[in-house]
Amino acid sequence: MIDGFLALYIFMLAAFTGKEIIGRVPVILHTPLMSGSNFVHGIVLVGAMIALAHAESPLAIAIGFIGVVLGAGNAAGGYVVTERMLEMFKSSKDKK
Amino acid sequence: MIVQESLVLLAKASYLLAAALFILGIKRMSSPVTARKGIVQAGIGMVIATLATFAITGGHNIGLITAGLAIGVIPTWLWGKKVAMTDMPQMVALFNGMGGGSAAAIGAGELLKFTQSDAAQPPLATLALAVVGALIGSVSMTGSIIAWAKLDGRMDKRFMFGGQQVVNFAVLVAAALAGAALVFWKLDASLVVVFFLLSLAFGVLMTLPIGGADMPVVISLYNAFTGLAVAFEGYAMGIEALIVAGMVVGAAGTFLTQLMAKAMNRPISNVLFSNFGGGGEAT
Repeated sequence: MIDGFLALYIFMLAAFTGKEIIGRVPVILHTPLMSGSNFVHGIVLVGAMIALAHAESPLAIAIGFIGVVLGAGNAAGGYVVTERMLEMFKSSKDKK
Repeated sequence: MIVQESLVLLAKASYLLAAALFILGIKRMSSPVTARKGIVQAGIGMVIATLATFAITGGHNIGLITAGLAIGVIPTWLWGKKVAMTDMPQMVALFNGMGGGSAAAIGAGELLKFTQSDAAQPPLATLALAVVGALIGSVSMTGSIIAWAKLDGRMDKRFMFGGQQVVNFAVLVAAALAGAALVFWKLDASLVVVFFLLSLAFGVLMTLPIGGADMPVVISLYNAFTGLAVAFEGYAMGIEALIVAGMVVGAAGTFLTQLMAKAMNRPISNVLFSNFGGGGEAT
């Protein structure tokens, strides 16, 4: 468990990282990048899986199960859609 | 229990690797030359993190976890493969809404666990971030679903009524008060339910008056919201990979939302709070 100021430092450094790494994104990549970062927060799936693994009561199991289904949808759907967008991007560039 | 301990260590190392791959992947996706490598890299990170998680579940509810994964992955994968290229933005909205819903579900699970009388009182920071993450995740979920419905042509009107902004603000304040009551006053199961209903309602109300042409900016904002929600729930659960990946997406998404609004020559406040953009008619 991370606590106190160490957690705040992690939040802060991750936030700066997020802003810096997309610093000079061209307009044409705005939507694919949005889709790509949408895929990355599909990592919530891991949290949902652990929550379901620790669930004991029927209600907690039901909530955890919903979390896993939705998180898996986020990750899988986000990946396919991003990959297809970037595929289109590449092929239209190759034709030029 | 040396086996279990080394499995946990292995999983933690895998999460670290996955977080690094996510950051590199997003970095590559922001340049046209390397964009395709970027998504593949982030994908590898996701597979590693998911497999590593199986190692630390200890086999408990393993059937349900596998079933949930299958139900979540298979239909969305097939749907994402065959959907028309022009329908991509609403698909992003829908998948983003799922992520927000997943974060909200984690928050709901944590909060309900704390309401049990025999449960240990959680630290204030854990409780507060679980509540804030649940609020943001819920708003992101219902807001994204409305955004999807609008872009998909299932809801082509903007819903407006007199005093709408006052009502929206009131619902937001009520949700925030219910959340604050959970943190500072009393962890009560029915209060948790009220809190979630208000949060979900606010996501709907906030998105209803926004026109279709402004939706990409709004989806990008909800994408950032989901990232933040994931980071906060990651803190509540003590999973570092969620904190880092969620926060990176939260910051990158916020910055990207600003860039997109700028590219459209409309400040974000204008997109969110004005009802006269004419965006709805343009689509």
